[in-house]
Amino acid sequence: MSILAPAGDAPARTYAAYARPFWQRVVLSREFAVVALLIAAFVYSQTQVDYFDSPQTLYYLFRDSAAILLLALPMTAIIVTGEIDLSVASTVGLTSVAFGMLSNDAGLPVGVAAVAAIVIGALCGAVNGVLVAYVGLPSIAVTIGTLALFRGIAAGLLGTESRTNFPDGWTDLAKQRIVEGQPYPVILLAFVVLALAFAWMLHFSTFGRGIYEIGLNDEAAHFTGVPVARTKAILFVLAGAVAGFVGIYTTLVTGVARAENSAGLELQVIAAVLLGGVSIFGGRGALPGVIAGVLLIGVIQRAMLLNGQTINIINIVIGTLLVLSVTAPRLLAPLQRAVSARKTARASDRAQDSAGKRSLS
Amino acid sequence: MKFHNRRFARAAAVTLIASLALTACGGDGGSTADGEGDGESLSITFIPKNLGNPYFDTSNAGGEEAIEEFGGSYEQVGPAEGSPDGQVQYINTATQQGRDALVISANDPDALCDAIGEARDAGIPVVTFDADTNPECRDIFVNQADAEGIARVQVELIADQIGGSGEIAFLSAAANATNQNAWIELMEAELAANYPDIEVVDTVYGDDDDQKSFDQTAALLQSHPDLAGIISPTTVGIAAAARYLSTSDSKGEVKLTGLGTPNQMREYVEDGTVEAFALWNPADLGYLAAYAAKALADGEIEGEGDTFEAGRLGEYTVGADNTVLLGDPFEFNADNIGDFDF
Repeated sequence: MSILAPAGDAPARTYAAYARPFWQRVVLSREFAVVALLIAAFVYSQTQVDYFDSPQTLYYLFRDSAAILLLALPMTAIIVTGEIDLSVASTVGLTSVAFGMLSNDAGLPVGVAAVAAIVIGALCGAVNGVLVAYVGLPSIAVTIGTLALFRGIAAGLLGTESRTNFPDGWTDLAKQRIVEGQPYPVILLAFVVLALAFAWMLHFSTFGRGIYEIGLNDEAAHFTGVPVARTKAILFVLAGAVAGFVGIYTTLVTGVARAENSAGLELQVIAAVLLGGVSIFGGRGALPGVIAGVLLIGVIQRAMLLNGQTINIINIVIGTLLVLSVTAPRLLAPLQRAVSARKTARASDRAQDSAGKRSLS
Repeated sequence: MKFHNRRFARAAAVTLIASLALTACGGDGGSTADGEGDGESLSITFIPKNLGNPYFDTSNAGGEEAIEEFGGSYEQVGPAEGSPDGQVQYINTATQQGRDALVISANDPDALCDAIGEARDAGIPVVTFDADTNPECRDIFVNQADAEGIARVQVELIADQIGGSGEIAFLSAAANATNQNAWIELMEAELAANYPDIEVVDTVYGDDDDQKSFDQTAALLQSHPDLAGIISPTTVGIAAAARYLSTSDSKGEVKLTGLGTPNQMREYVEDGTVEAFALWNPADLGYLAAYAAKALADGEIEGEGDTFEAGRLGEYTVGADNTVLLGDPFEFNADNIGDFDF
């Protein structure tokens, strides 16, 4: 990797940086398959599904997928380390309630309440982070616990009531389009900024390389100087903060702060991340695939809704797709092994030939 | 690791942006849906709280019956679980498809308002039934029963069954349940005004929990040996109380009525534990909601004071807050319970 190589006086490498040419590395990747599938699904829906080509479709698609898109960013990083965060949707619920109560009951200005909600979200993430990274508990157990805990606190604070008194300026902002008449809601701007930040963090920073190393082998990562515990803790705090932001967005876009907001969303986020090619075992995955994964699920959902399918059929299709995408590498593995075995067989044949010659001479 | 080097990421970013741009171009070229109905074949979409719920299967079958009568097309869509977020998606979709009217049972009084507002802005009338949104959100709410009707019918049933005099008790849901408390208050007022020989000796709370309601019924019978009747204005409570009574010595002696659903109460009506209980008829509710949607779509009604014809149910008038009242609760007894499945 170029960043690791000392600049300037390093001797030129005598071997190729990659085994395969650039286009192969792009086209034959898991991420590209998801992007291709997304484009195929979109083109198909555009031509075959009634009403899909109306300008509302993309607007609703982005607006409904925004929460999942945002939460998928930190979730990708966490799953790449080999951990998981099941509590993000509950954090959304809790921060939604906190935001609603702070601005409605405590009378804080919306901006202050929003900052407070993000801080509360980050604190929720810190609870997960400390328990997972420093106490060393398995993240699936910790976050199942906090999934119930955060939702429970939210329900305890607001019960079955809701808070709906938000200034029109703010609720309109959440629903506004970037350019009037175009199908892009303003939330996409926030998403693009965050996506660029997370892409830089994951794919272009030392911190990000540590994330992948932890996922591949956290002990090896530790011995090469990656601060394993701190990295994990930071990621959980980031997930909490993003969940706080989503809590505010969800509250403003629906106009309602309820304890039940976004219940069950964590599974949709994780499904999209896995569909996007991130390995649940850690160490593998990239953001472009994840973003395409979220949008792919969104496009399929919208197309099937417009086609009049019921939610059960939609869930069957998306579930099947997910299972296929997770099992595909396993199913293809024997094939790949066969191919590489033939290659190494040929290579070792050649090696034996030359060794034989040398011993003769 | 072959994924995170600059060139790959750059290429991936380009691919992604290209795909987004592609989707964008596609979106702009589209035409808007032609939404206006021609009055002959109205397309009406029913959105229940959730699918696979026998109550809504019954009510929406009523809606379908009505729509068939006036020759429209019926569609039922909805979320798997009763969540407002799920319903919003279906409302948006129906708006895009340019349906002629929407009939919704709302999972939340506030959370659907925006989506419903967008539908109404697109010229689609919205009827709520069973569970209302805030009155300013929708066009018309078809109310299954008003509190006075619910209270009066239950008092009439118990008074009839115990012969107009004796001790009765209430088995309610949670102590702070708004609906139940309002009904109990109205029932007490009704009893005090018109049934001087009936005395309310106790009100117990089963918290809409089957086991707790069962135990509370047992305790009620022990502490009030002369109890003549129990009113349980909650479907969980009445079923649990009936289960207790059906195996106790008081079966048939202590009368039980309240609000229940036919499927839960069938065996107790058939074995004589319960003579009659009340609830609205969901099929009629859906039927009326469909006719209200048609009347709105045709421009027959706009708001309070307007009247419309609802098939076999007759003529209805839109009341205060743009509400249409189905009527008094429906009485289920041994003669008619076989006709219902919800």
